[in-house]
Amino acid sequence: MAAIYSLYIINKSGGLIFYKDYGSAGRMDTNDSLRLASLWHSMHAISQQLSPVHGCSGIELLEADTFDLHCFQSLTGTKFFVVSEPGTQHMDGLLKQIYELYTDYVLKNPFYEMEMPIRCELFDINLAQAVLKDRVALLGR
Amino acid sequence: MAPVAPRSGDAIFASVERVNSELFTLTYGAIVRQLLTDLEEVDEVNKQLDQMGYNIGVRLVDEFLAKSNVSRCVDFKETTEVIAKVGFKMFLGVTASVTNWDADGTSCSLILEDNPLVDFVELPDTCQGLYYCNIISGVIRGALEMVSMKTEVSWIRDMLRGDDVFELHVKLLKQVPEEYPYKDDE
Repeated sequence: MAAIYSLYIINKSGGLIFYKDYGSAGRMDTNDSLRLASLWHSMHAISQQLSPVHGCSGIELLEADTFDLHCFQSLTGTKFFVVSEPGTQHMDGLLKQIYELYTDYVLKNPFYEMEMPIRCELFDINLAQAVLKDRVALLGR
Repeated sequence: MAPVAPRSGDAIFASVERVNSELFTLTYGAIVRQLLTDLEEVDEVNKQLDQMGYNIGVRLVDEFLAKSNVSRCVDFKETTEVIAKVGFKMFLGVTASVTNWDADGTSCSLILEDNPLVDFVELPDTCQGLYYCNIISGVIRGALEMVSMKTEVSWIRDMLRGDDVFELHVKLLKQVPEEYPYKDDE
């Protein structure tokens, strides 16, 4: 049983640069994941415009019957979001940790081109560890 | 709740991984020396260092934001304070002070009294026009551009040229709005 169904990273222009699913629930093919990413990018932007709160930074959590979607946007405009089991807690901590891993293992890789899809093995390895650790911590909560 | 922006980079400096400062200083020296050999013109080297700094800055800013826990700055004044106190500490191990604000708060000077890049450097007569630390100005320009601030960064005082401190002039050219350019009227 997986707490997190999948992880997405979208660049500041709304392109999907990373997608990974964990476990069988909520799995998507490439086209659907790209579609979801660009849809989310637009919805996020619209939510900022529609919000009655001044200086709103967009949707952070979307709750549905079968999943929760937690989103974190860095000040530089890159969005990280996870789709998880309904009611999963502490996803903001995990997202922040993923952002740190992204700065370490993606941005510091001299052969990574900015805004392009992420293909960095070190990132994959460290991400897998972080997600696993989060899962263990979740069971202990 | 967003965490309160730290006013000092000491805690982050203690927690990030560091390398031997001599290795850092000497590596930078080797890069500048190689650029001088390759490009021959001092002006070209200045330009190249600035460009290299820019390329570093656009990536470095995310690491800074991810690890320093600073939240969105309210104005340019706060931004420069954060760069001087937290940014410089985190990546160079020194802090700068911010002075010389102009009336409308769009330009100021960052004063560096200590700069690890120049620990062993003496500028020869043939390189008098060289801004040895030009990479730093590029880093700041690149980093600020990623958080929608167009700036111009230049050296005013340089200890390698006989001044008593390093002085970096930062001028905010324009703040690019983050909203999407929706043009409802058209």
